Amino acid sequence: MVYFLIFISAIFVNNIVLSQFLGICPFLGVSKKIDTAMGMSAAVIFVLTLATVVTYLLQMLLVAWGLEFLQTILFILIIAALVQMIEIILKKISPSLYQALGVFLPLITTNCCILGVAILVANGTEKLPLGAEHGMLTGTLFAFATALGFGLALILFAGIREQLALAKVPEAMKGTPIALLTAGLLAMAFMGFSGVV
Amino acid sequence: MSNGLKTLTNGILKENPTFVLVLGMCPTLATTTSAINGMSMGLATMFVLICSNVVISLLKNLIPDKVRIPAFIVVIATFVTLVQLLMQAYLPGIYDVLGLFIPLIVVNCIVLGRAEAFAAKNSVGLSALDGIGMGLGFTLALTLLGAVRELLGTGACFGLQLFPDNYGALVFVLAPGAFIALAYLMVIINKLQKKS
Repeated sequence: MVYFLIFISAIFVNNIVLSQFLGICPFLGVSKKIDTAMGMSAAVIFVLTLATVVTYLLQMLLVAWGLEFLQTILFILIIAALVQMIEIILKKISPSLYQALGVFLPLITTNCCILGVAILVANGTEKLPLGAEHGMLTGTLFAFATALGFGLALILFAGIREQLALAKVPEAMKGTPIALLTAGLLAMAFMGFSGVV
Repeated sequence: MSNGLKTLTNGILKENPTFVLVLGMCPTLATTTSAINGMSMGLATMFVLICSNVVISLLKNLIPDKVRIPAFIVVIATFVTLVQLLMQAYLPGIYDVLGLFIPLIVVNCIVLGRAEAFAAKNSVGLSALDGIGMGLGFTLALTLLGAVRELLGTGACFGLQLFPDNYGALVFVLAPGAFIALAYLMVIINKLQKKS
């Protein structure tokens, strides 16, 4: 039951983009069409789950050797290396998936939500519903659910923006301002979920 | 000399990282719950920006092109760790408020972007000035957004209560307000730029 609640919490109540403010850059940059939004979401789901597992194990080593201060440097290098590796492996195993994810994979390295969630889970400070204990399984589920939440927010936003492109917008508001305003309204809508878990 | 001055003011006005380049949105929206928080985040980022720009400019001829990006990331991450440890020791209050976003300076698009676009191709002096300019532009943007959100949300500014709390719209201190406040600030700046 608590695992189901982790999903509800990470996808709706504490949505990574709309209430935690991680992953805004791709949120604003890649959300002009639903197709690209789907591609980016798939890539994030893939990388975030894997990266969280790897960095969690690495953190256990760091704590054992008393090297916690190296967390930032090592995590970002691991994530960069992981993304490279995933690219190479995907190219060999599933060229069609590689084509679909395309340019988004290298873009994810500097995505703050990957590093952000990795740090949160490794330090055991991620927001879990009551009754859930911080550990590797809950951390991994949290990361997977968070990435699903990212995808949800991204695809919703892309859908709205596709419609917005056809609407009449004042000159000074065209582009980023109207997108931000829309994101604000979306965030307000998601606030309706607070208190559910 | 005029080249230096142009580099310096570039980051503040013409290519302001927040309002013009629209980079580094995550810390912009997340840490501007008050003017002081926004300013602290901006200053921390500025410190990292200046240091990494200088070091990368010094090393630009020694770093092979293929490992360019990982090398930049290591330099930036080192300075971010430095800022993290210093803040944890000497400014624990601010450290707790900014929380996760201090280590996230390492993936701040502004820092890596300027390293790639400017520091890797220019002299140490100009790189330092670019770091100061961009850092100041970022800090000013964050302080402004933080001040607006704090004023509209709680009636205070920099901690000084200007009008009673219950006249404020709390939404501005919460998530949606960040998006909305930034959107309207951009609209105002767009209009001002169009006029001039």
